Amino acid sequence: MTTAHYIAEGILAAPFILVCLLYLFAAFRDAGWPARRIGLFVTGTAAAVISVLGPIPRMAHDSFVIHMTGHLLLGMLAPLCLVLAAPVTLALRALPVPAAKKLAKMLRSRFVTIISHPVTATVLNIGGLWFLYTTGLYALMHASALIYIIIHVHIFLAGYAFTASIIYIDPMPHRYSFLFRSGVLVAALAGHGILSKYLYVSPPAGVGQEAAQAGSMLMYYGGDAVDIAIMVILCWHWYKAARPREEKAVAV
Amino acid sequence: MSEKNEAMLRRNQKNYAGRNILSGFLFGLGLIAFIDEVVFHQLLHWHHFYDLSTTTAGLISDGFFHAFSWFATVAALFMVADLRRRQSFWLRRWIGGTLTGAGFFQLYDGLVQHKWMGIHQIRYGVDILPYDLVWNISALVILIAGIVVWRQTSQMKKQKETV
Repeated sequence: MTTAHYIAEGILAAPFILVCLLYLFAAFRDAGWPARRIGLFVTGTAAAVISVLGPIPRMAHDSFVIHMTGHLLLGMLAPLCLVLAAPVTLALRALPVPAAKKLAKMLRSRFVTIISHPVTATVLNIGGLWFLYTTGLYALMHASALIYIIIHVHIFLAGYAFTASIIYIDPMPHRYSFLFRSGVLVAALAGHGILSKYLYVSPPAGVGQEAAQAGSMLMYYGGDAVDIAIMVILCWHWYKAARPREEKAVAV
Repeated sequence: MSEKNEAMLRRNQKNYAGRNILSGFLFGLGLIAFIDEVVFHQLLHWHHFYDLSTTTAGLISDGFFHAFSWFATVAALFMVADLRRRQSFWLRRWIGGTLTGAGFFQLYDGLVQHKWMGIHQIRYGVDILPYDLVWNISALVILIAGIVVWRQTSQMKKQKETV
């Protein structure tokens, strides 16, 4: 561990903690904000923070399995919890009207539209992983603190963009059909699974065969576990949206 | 059930005949893939996570089928909930779909993935022929049973239409 690594840990962890404090501040002032969402945001923040700060990143330097644990927490579990906590909705409610309008306008911007498209988000997310593990980038990441930071920021942001592009919790300017999002989700999980199996036999430079096997199996089954949660939520949204109209009339 | 309710149920089932089959088929696909994973990969350790003879096509096919079957299980059960909510769930037709899906996937896995793409074999260090025969013949039996039940319900549907 060099000083650069400690600084890298701080740079990565600080934004999560800061945003969490802002979220808590806004949530407690908002009387109608559900406690469930507060719990999800705190859980998501905790998952992200322990993956970039403390023993996990330090051990991940030498252990591919620990690295993969951190990757699942930062790139999959934290984004899922944070998306479910609806931070954008909370911000729109908490901000003064002019600022909220600005935020809403930003959400409709071309940049957000492109990034939040399910296909773009999938390519950034899964494509980024292929790039990291099948090129020399993985070895480079351990040599340079700057590259380490960039990669970890990317893993989180791409994971968040992907999750938010598949399950709509916060307002989305451009919405895509359930069928389309389901197809993209299946393709993304397939890409994740194929990469896991590929790494089983072709580990990144500097990772031993046994470590690669344990790490890739964790990646494979961990990805399944988080993705089935996304699938259940996506299908649940479909179930609610596909409610027959007659039944609604009776229930009212 | 009164006669009127029964007639309504039949009409609903007929209107959602396609969704009953699709839901059953997806569930069958997911169910057999899940059994494969739990029994042969996790419990018996007969199947390998990765076999060195696996082709690139096999790796991709396996990845997509695994992801799709995982999703299919969840989607199929939500479709069952939807059919029940619409009072149009048709158990017989759904089972027909399930058997068809399960048989189809097992046959695809047994012939295309195991044999042609060489993803992995059923078991290692044994004479593989009897295993392959049991695997694929049972798949074919399940598939045919599914298609028979499916066809029966389709005929029931036609009779209802003429009544």
